[in-house]
Amino acid sequence: MIERTPILNISTHVILAVGLLLILFPIWIAFVAATHDLAAVNSAPVELWPGDQLWINLTTAWQLSDFGPKFVNTLIVAIGVVIGKVTLACITAFSLVFFNYRGRMLIFWLIFITLMLPLEVRIVPTYAVAANALSPFQMLLDVTGLAWLVATLSGIQISLEWNLLNSYTGLILPLVATATGTFLYRQFFLTIPDELVEAAQMDGAGPLRFLWDTLIPLSKTNIAALATIMFVYAWNQYLWPLLIITDRATYGMVVVQLSDLVPDALTTGGGTPTWHYAMAATLAVMIPPIIIVIFMQRWFVRGLINTDK
Amino acid sequence: MRRAYFKSSWVAAALLAPQLLIIFVFFYWPSAQALYWAFTLEQPWGGGNTWVGFDNFAKTLSDPYYWSSVQVSMVYALATTALAMVMAMTLAVFVDRQLAGYKAYRVALIWPYAIAAPAVGLAFRFVFSPNAGILSYLNTVVPGMWDPTQFGWQAVLTIVIAGAWKHVAYSFIFFLAALQSIPRSLIEAAAMDGARPLRRMFDLQLPLLTPTIFFLIVINITDSFTDSFGIVDTLTGGGPFRATDLMVYKIYSDGFRSFDYSGAAAQSIILMLLVMALTFVQFRYVEKRVHYT
Repeated sequence: MIERTPILNISTHVILAVGLLLILFPIWIAFVAATHDLAAVNSAPVELWPGDQLWINLTTAWQLSDFGPKFVNTLIVAIGVVIGKVTLACITAFSLVFFNYRGRMLIFWLIFITLMLPLEVRIVPTYAVAANALSPFQMLLDVTGLAWLVATLSGIQISLEWNLLNSYTGLILPLVATATGTFLYRQFFLTIPDELVEAAQMDGAGPLRFLWDTLIPLSKTNIAALATIMFVYAWNQYLWPLLIITDRATYGMVVVQLSDLVPDALTTGGGTPTWHYAMAATLAVMIPPIIIVIFMQRWFVRGLINTDK
Repeated sequence: MRRAYFKSSWVAAALLAPQLLIIFVFFYWPSAQALYWAFTLEQPWGGGNTWVGFDNFAKTLSDPYYWSSVQVSMVYALATTALAMVMAMTLAVFVDRQLAGYKAYRVALIWPYAIAAPAVGLAFRFVFSPNAGILSYLNTVVPGMWDPTQFGWQAVLTIVIAGAWKHVAYSFIFFLAALQSIPRSLIEAAAMDGARPLRRMFDLQLPLLTPTIFFLIVINITDSFTDSFGIVDTLTGGGPFRATDLMVYKIYSDGFRSFDYSGAAAQSIILMLLVMALTFVQFRYVEKRVHYT
């Protein structure tokens, strides 16, 4: 559209530039802090221009927080969660859309309602379950009297125990259930024409072959979108690993390490706060998901809009 | 409606089983457990829980700390939502004019979404620190004027700014997508009728954004109840003197620091009901009331 609006165009650029400055400013301040030494970073008028200490601060912060194994752990957990979520969402939606059985809507709603139960609001009992993931089944056996029956008949005491604290399984498993992902896949599968299913059946393909050979190649964009969002989600997990990982040396995740870097009276012992290390570590932690989002921007935006998450 | 289905029901069941097992163990069971704990009290010397009815709720609701926590959570929810949405909407409307360089703006405004809440908290802790941050010069003029570790309202202000900052990117993505889905012909027709760009913004684009605005209000408020934990934990730790002790943070500290499972469970149930009510509003009211397509 050709319109001559010079004043408005200038104001548009000014407004966007101011908005951009507001968004970038805090991160810029944090970045600059990571490039100075202890004295400069604690001087009263805040530094606005980078210094030359970035590499030293990064390597020191890296050693202080023992980031090496933690980045590996975080990567393992993030990839595990992504694979788990994409797989679960795909096979659940496949079952809900391409099979005809009673109670499909009920099951869909059962999964959908979990949206209303975010981890943060059920955190205490979820932690209790993680201490023994089989406790719900044990309780069911006890309450229904089945455990008693087995014990009297065969003399075997049933005691189910599966501790998830301090393990990759504990970090990954509770996070892989996905209402939004199932919803996204269901929406996509509903657009698959019946003719495709009929053609596959005529060729003698069973459901699993149809899923593998036809649907998965068709849903590549879906997978990319879901994987990007879920990678960011998993990388940024904080409360859950904070609780269930006490053995940080082996299973610690990077984002949780930030809680140790908060320079208050506890960590500095009343000394000068080591902001330059804290900010260098913050930068190191935030960079991988930012890179993913920037490179996968198209799929990421599409996935967000489609899942409403 | 679909006509072609596969038939083997055991395959269907096997495909459903993993997800159903996980949501049973990690979602429904803990929620039921929270409900159970909320209505019972653990005996100090073992011997299981005794039924206490609504005692835990009564105790929670008569606790002044709880009400101050509710109050600050509401302030936080409304302030972050309003700030983030106004900013996101303004930026989206102007980015949508698609002047030179708008793609660069788009990327630059999206990436903050990827930053973890505790990282945002820690960065803003430095930005607002009384000795080293951007407001430290206030203290060189009037010593002790700015100190979020001393003054409650300043701590609340910092978490609101940090929370709003984190949410701008999310709202921006949705506003921009909504603006770009407005048919080009509609805008061109308005232009032919003589509506200048600003008039089109206020009379055409903003009204068409109403469904997105309602959707984002609900989502942002819900998120501010749950997602705020990381920001509060690294930015203020709930202090000073519980000034920033948001509901979700209080559940955590009561449950895992004071080991008051029953009290934490009662608070969890209240927060759960709040989140459910908001989600319900989103699906029922918002979707039906405001729909233009």
